[in-house]
Amino acid sequence: MSTLTETRVTDRPNAVVEMTYRDAINLALKDEMTADPSVVLMGEDVAASGGVFKTNEGLAEMFPGRVLTTPICENGFTGVALGMALLGMRPVVEFMFSDFLPSAGDQIVNQLPKYRFMSGGQCAVPVTIRSISGATGRFGTQHSATGESWFMSLPGLRVCAASSPAAAYELLRASIRENNPVIFHEHKGLYARKGPVIRGAAPARIGRAEVLREGRDVTIVATLLMVERSLAAADALASEGISAEVIDLRWVRPLDVATIRASVGRTGRLVIAEEQVHAGGWGATVISELTMAGAVWRSAPRAVSLPPDLCIPYSPVLEDAILPSVAKITDAARSAVKS
Amino acid sequence: MSTQPRATQLPAETLRRWYRQMVQIRIFEEKVQELFATGQVQGTTHLCQGQEAVSVGAIAAMRPGDAQTNTYRGHGEALALGMEPAVAFAELMGRATGCAKGVGGSMHLIDFSKGNIGANAIVGAGIPIALGAAMAFKMRAEPRVALTFFGDGATNIGTFHESLNMASIWHAPLVLIITNNLYAEYSALRDTAPIDDLAKRAEPHQIPALIVDGQDIEAVYANTVTAVERARGGGGPTLIEMKTYRYRGHSRSDPAKYRPDGELERWKARDPITLLGSRLAQAGMLSAEAQASIAKDVQEEIDSAAARAAQAPYPTLEETAPYVYAD
Repeated sequence: MSTLTETRVTDRPNAVVEMTYRDAINLALKDEMTADPSVVLMGEDVAASGGVFKTNEGLAEMFPGRVLTTPICENGFTGVALGMALLGMRPVVEFMFSDFLPSAGDQIVNQLPKYRFMSGGQCAVPVTIRSISGATGRFGTQHSATGESWFMSLPGLRVCAASSPAAAYELLRASIRENNPVIFHEHKGLYARKGPVIRGAAPARIGRAEVLREGRDVTIVATLLMVERSLAAADALASEGISAEVIDLRWVRPLDVATIRASVGRTGRLVIAEEQVHAGGWGATVISELTMAGAVWRSAPRAVSLPPDLCIPYSPVLEDAILPSVAKITDAARSAVKS
Repeated sequence: MSTQPRATQLPAETLRRWYRQMVQIRIFEEKVQELFATGQVQGTTHLCQGQEAVSVGAIAAMRPGDAQTNTYRGHGEALALGMEPAVAFAELMGRATGCAKGVGGSMHLIDFSKGNIGANAIVGAGIPIALGAAMAFKMRAEPRVALTFFGDGATNIGTFHESLNMASIWHAPLVLIITNNLYAEYSALRDTAPIDDLAKRAEPHQIPALIVDGQDIEAVYANTVTAVERARGGGGPTLIEMKTYRYRGHSRSDPAKYRPDGELERWKARDPITLLGSRLAQAGMLSAEAQASIAKDVQEEIDSAAARAAQAPYPTLEETAPYVYAD
């Protein structure tokens, strides 16, 4: 376990440190819990052994009484987080798998986002849900969803998705500081990825996408694990003489339509790379928003998504087969440019 | 029923105040019916005539700084916590001067400044929210308590059992109050639960429980204050089942024809306002004439409050937008 060593190195503010996505989440929690005594971490198994995915290593020891292991009752403990937030706490609620979010459906749909509104603005609801999401882990049909678009139609809610260690550090800190409920998605297939993180870097701006690679011919928009696959696709496309721009969406709600529109305004071509079914998701909404805003398409937008009528299967061969791959994203971008 | 002795030592002034508060709730609810009939209140309403002793008696056990959640049948708790009737009527009429600026309506009479941190339209949802408030108090070592009011129907939903379990293991300063009015919406308790005494549902969660005559405001108060002060002193949660009855149907559209003949009349014979009124008259604390005078004063107060609310402006969409997100 490298967490302790890494964390010690990054005790210096503004130090740029290579760290894993897992450690970046740990550091964001540690920094926010240090900065604000009202921040608490709660959820199933969050304290024991650093949590199921080891993202919480050392926190229970560093912050006694502020890492609260809950029974297995998502709707109940999400309601508890809401009540805590109403009385001045800033809870971070870990959902062991995104697939469990619907178990808290009432609290996520009817309570967290509506609570301030239906009181006529009397309260704030600073609750962060850390949703551990995504496939590639061979976890099967009920432990592999990203769920990133399930709650995108709810006024009052923010939804973000972290694609790298730096994004995880900046987005999680922004989520915890936000005075409104946020679902922060972290992809369990990315935990071991390493990348540079600036400790003390400004928290992410709410609703701001990030252009990770500039390009002229086609715009690829992605979230979570699909971002690194899109960057790899851009490398492959470059070797064919195609210049792809890659945008990490970062926020599913609010959607940064302006950044994508500006990019598509230059390229005229769009590929959505998403680890979800296309219908009813952020990818479909991006295409809709751009079209309504008068985007001029040089070729029809494309989406590399999960199959519309298959659930995520366990068998490693099948799981790999249904996920958007570097090759599928490359093919879609190439076809957009060549058509 | 609990054998807890009545708080007969309570000052006459307190009992007279409670009497007036119960009358206020009763007349407020009757006025809501009237306003609904004339279209000034729309949508739906869930009235609490018959349950006034539970609202007033239990809330009297709270201290400043305590918090509570209630339900869509929450007008009684809101008024008992001191919401001005004109503010409550304005909310029901969708006016900008309502407690929730007119965006909440009948089911959301919320006022954080009075410890009223929630009135919820989803059955059972307010229970874990109150537990969260209790946990915030506990984590900060503040001597504050949270109460949560919910109906008999809510004891069938998951959040009730989830919250009792968490409250028990965390020893939370929480008092859970079942307003058992025998009906979950249109369905009788006997058809939706295998037991009559819902207090038994505390036992598997190792939470102490009390069964209280919810028509007797002194019993309601005495038992609630015991639970609240035990919680405040670090003694953990208590579940209190208040046996009561609602005189009206579930909501505006329900004529409550499912009730057996004579049931309503039997409960009205133990009306909480009449019970306290008789006791006060016998004790020489409040004469029948004085009670009639209170009813008349309150009727004027309520009529005037409704008339003022009806003059208040409607909110605009522009002023409503900031209620969605906090800065």
